[in-house]
Amino acid sequence: MTEAKPALIQVRDLIAKYGNDTILEKIDLDVFPNEILAIIGGSGCGKTTLLRHLVGLNRPADGAITIDGIDISDHDANDFDEALKKIGILFQGGALFGSMTIAENVALPIKEYTDLDPEAVADLVRMKLCSVDLGGYEDHLPSELSGGMIKRAALARALALNPEILFLDEPTAGLDPVISAEIEELILRINHSMGTTMVIITHSLNIIFKVAHRIIMLDKSAKGIIAQGDPKDLKAKSPNPIVRQFFNRQASISKRLLWQH
Amino acid sequence: MPGTLPDAPASYNLVTSADGAMGIQFIGRIDHHRAAALIKALKKEVSTRKPVKVTVDLNRVTYIDDFGVLVLSELRNILGHRDIPFNLIQPPPRAGEVLALFNFDSPDACRHVEPKERDNFVVRLGDGFFHHLYHIRYLVSFLGSAALCMLHVVMHPKSLRMNDTLLLMQKTGVDAVPIVGMISFLLGLIMAFVSSIQLEQFGASIYVASLVALAMVSELGPIMTAIVVAGRSGSAFAAEIGTMRISDEVDALFTMGISPTLFLVVPRIIAAIIVVPLLTLFADLFAIFGGLVISVTMLDLTISTYISQTIKSLDFFEFSWGLMKSVIFAALIAWIGCLRGFQVRGGASQVGNAATSAVVSGIFLIILFDSIFAVIRSYW
Repeated sequence: MTEAKPALIQVRDLIAKYGNDTILEKIDLDVFPNEILAIIGGSGCGKTTLLRHLVGLNRPADGAITIDGIDISDHDANDFDEALKKIGILFQGGALFGSMTIAENVALPIKEYTDLDPEAVADLVRMKLCSVDLGGYEDHLPSELSGGMIKRAALARALALNPEILFLDEPTAGLDPVISAEIEELILRINHSMGTTMVIITHSLNIIFKVAHRIIMLDKSAKGIIAQGDPKDLKAKSPNPIVRQFFNRQASISKRLLWQH
Repeated sequence: MPGTLPDAPASYNLVTSADGAMGIQFIGRIDHHRAAALIKALKKEVSTRKPVKVTVDLNRVTYIDDFGVLVLSELRNILGHRDIPFNLIQPPPRAGEVLALFNFDSPDACRHVEPKERDNFVVRLGDGFFHHLYHIRYLVSFLGSAALCMLHVVMHPKSLRMNDTLLLMQKTGVDAVPIVGMISFLLGLIMAFVSSIQLEQFGASIYVASLVALAMVSELGPIMTAIVVAGRSGSAFAAEIGTMRISDEVDALFTMGISPTLFLVVPRIIAAIIVVPLLTLFADLFAIFGGLVISVTMLDLTISTYISQTIKSLDFFEFSWGLMKSVIFAALIAWIGCLRGFQVRGGASQVGNAATSAVVSGIFLIILFDSIFAVIRSYW
């Protein structure tokens, strides 16, 4: 959609390792402004590893990652903090601070980075929580909320400063279809109205087909990207059987043969 | 598109007409960088110019997010307090979407729920009482279930998780030998040194050996060892079980039909009961060695007189009394550590509280039971 623009996130020749285990090899990836990119792939293929590298939590064994031109593989760089201000992350488990109420969780980055007075912060937090349907839960502790509510509160916190780029790790995993649909709708509305670039890790075919503009698919044995593009095209036309299996929700061929006999 | 263009930071144009109407046209990017300053500036404009009517135009805004919505709603609130009508010119579609996303038009759609009224004194007192009652009930039931499971293990030794117990014995006992040895050695040095100053005046320096041996074997050895173990292992038990609790691992055990007490508590109690007396023996030996070092270097006693005086002053009863106490202390430390772990509810901070509480209540119980033993012994 906006291919003409320079990429917001650039990954070049990324090699990711844990100790001596190479998880990802030679990853080249561009994320363009305002797009919703879904990273998909079977379990253990390195999706979360890629995400952790993209946000600077892990350092690449080799290669370069830049966010808006800022190299984030160097934590000591002066502008590293600037890069962090451009991103928001929704962690898989929410990662809300258990000792703070929901409102305090969302207010934390706002108080840290703006000069708003406390009443304005409270109003803003209320607005944000309301936009994720958590109005009235300001004073609850994370331990008092259900899984879906924690996800939504964490989304509100990730959006606290309206980052340019939002990383979402499994935003709808473990949620009921209604709440999943609401979160998908919310993601689309935020992307559309504020132009937030999104990188979503997901297994949900709903997100892949209804939300994502573009997908990349990782594979464990290839240790890299095996397919990328429009999900509908890939489902219909991909030459790679692994990709077709994923989109058509089939068990792997070896298992299917085994079960038939 | 917004978000990536180098938008100008937000500013605004003011137009005031003769009839007192004020038009505010926002320009550029309204986000968290500028929201606070904008709110402040607008408050000032309103209070100095005292308009009778305010019209806001968003058509030159390049980017707006909920911080922008906040600016608008704060402006509307200020005007509302002064009964000045607020009017928003049809916003451009994208800004309109943001306004809708954050319910700008119906701020009451999501009003803050009124905080619960604080209960009165009597209700809170009753609540506190029942809370403590519940606490005591849990304590007793946990004690009972630990005792029953211990009995079960005695009847069916195979149900004990042997590998866990051995590992816990290593963590609680073997790994604690250096610190226990160090502390008791220094304690022996101190006791011998301090007592020698007094005893030497009476020419009774030989009794330094008896003093160190008796004090250590019957009193200080068990207590010091128990306190070190409470700090090292009692807190570890509480933190480990507490973390298992908040990650539902304890519930998983329960639903598999495995008694969490049998699985988690019994190995810890047994490991502690076995290794803490051994640690106490080590502590006694190291302290006697510490006393020996002082006596030989500073009091002109020979090694053999010191050792023979030590053996003479101890009897089997002293030894078994000290070891029996350390067995009880061990059971208390492990039990309270596990109890605090099982009481964890909520999140990470509760695990920290449980670890703290395990050490504090562990040390309290050690001292309490030691004084009970002292009373029993004096009326023996």
